[in-house]
Amino acid sequence: MILSITIAIVTFAVLGIIFGSLLGYTSIRFKVKTDPIVEELDAILPQTQCGQCGYPGCKPYAQAIANGDDINKCPPGGDAVMRQLAERMGVEPKGLETEEKPKLVAFIREDECIGCTKCIQACPVDAILGATRQMHTVITDECTGCELCVAPCPTDCIDMNPIALTTQNWEWDLNRIPTKTTTEL
Amino acid sequence: MSDYFLLFIGTVLVNNFVLVKFLGLCPFMGVSNKIETAVGMSFATTFVLTLTAAVSYIVNKYILLPLDLVYLQTLGFILVIAVVVQFTEMVMHKTSPTLYRLLGIFLPLITTNCAILGLALLNINENHDFVESIIYGFSAGVGFSLVLVVFSSMRERLAASDIPLPFKGASIAMVTAGLMSLAFMGFTGLIK
Repeated sequence: MILSITIAIVTFAVLGIIFGSLLGYTSIRFKVKTDPIVEELDAILPQTQCGQCGYPGCKPYAQAIANGDDINKCPPGGDAVMRQLAERMGVEPKGLETEEKPKLVAFIREDECIGCTKCIQACPVDAILGATRQMHTVITDECTGCELCVAPCPTDCIDMNPIALTTQNWEWDLNRIPTKTTTEL
Repeated sequence: MSDYFLLFIGTVLVNNFVLVKFLGLCPFMGVSNKIETAVGMSFATTFVLTLTAAVSYIVNKYILLPLDLVYLQTLGFILVIAVVVQFTEMVMHKTSPTLYRLLGIFLPLITTNCAILGLALLNINENHDFVESIIYGFSAGVGFSLVLVVFSSMRERLAASDIPLPFKGASIAMVTAGLMSLAFMGFTGLIK
């Protein structure tokens, strides 16, 4: 009785060790060399997949940054994302390429909208509300200004308007003021 | 040779794992919404079934039987299945990233597919030798794939058709599965 239990335990322990070491060996032998930095960069990017950086999505752009592309091509992420990317890549933060342009948001001229939902399908951040044969409208807070909805509109009723300057979106241009950081008191 | 062929046809059509033996029903219901995922799942399951049939036969014949541990078959086979699935996943990740991405989560989920354990135990019950075990495993996989792909293409059509409200969703899928099972009953007696 005791003997058969011992045999069972030992057999399965040995079997487990054999299988375990087989798996351990496989995991080393067949290790997939993915660049971990690509994953990290991809996690920083806003995942709007808007393509404003010139790449088909956020993951390809992350790949491109890892291969040495500029970090300042992501308008939806804005300054904050660019700074994070700069920190992760260990390079100097740069101004966004599109900074000269004022920030835009889409605006649908609602009396011309026929309710075709084509812009809704194009919007990467789901910032357009509406239903079939109902008028659509843009949620200004969600819109990243990627202009992807402009092309599909059959009636050309989407405008890109600059954001009106309010106290909420006013940017303090603190970097323009020359300041010196010091640790001495 | 004709024995093997009969075993193959018999397992695919007459004793179909899903519709006649009612094994592996969870993926049959779960991943049959889209035909692409169904095809991916079919490939993964067929591969694992074939490999498991071989490895579990070896484990049973050369470890469990000589040591009188047949009462621990279930435990041993589950160990084998888990290792085979994990091994397959790692090798596939390295050698064929495309297929790996296609199968995605379905590959690890096969561990808990009862068709695999059922196959290992049935192989023992029916006293199959090594080659027969492998053919049995492969044909069980082919049968599973056939039914899964057929069922998922039906469900894709059902999704677009006008179904009475009480039958929508899972209920019509269950009814369809039942009818398919009835249809496969027609193969009974095809092979003596």
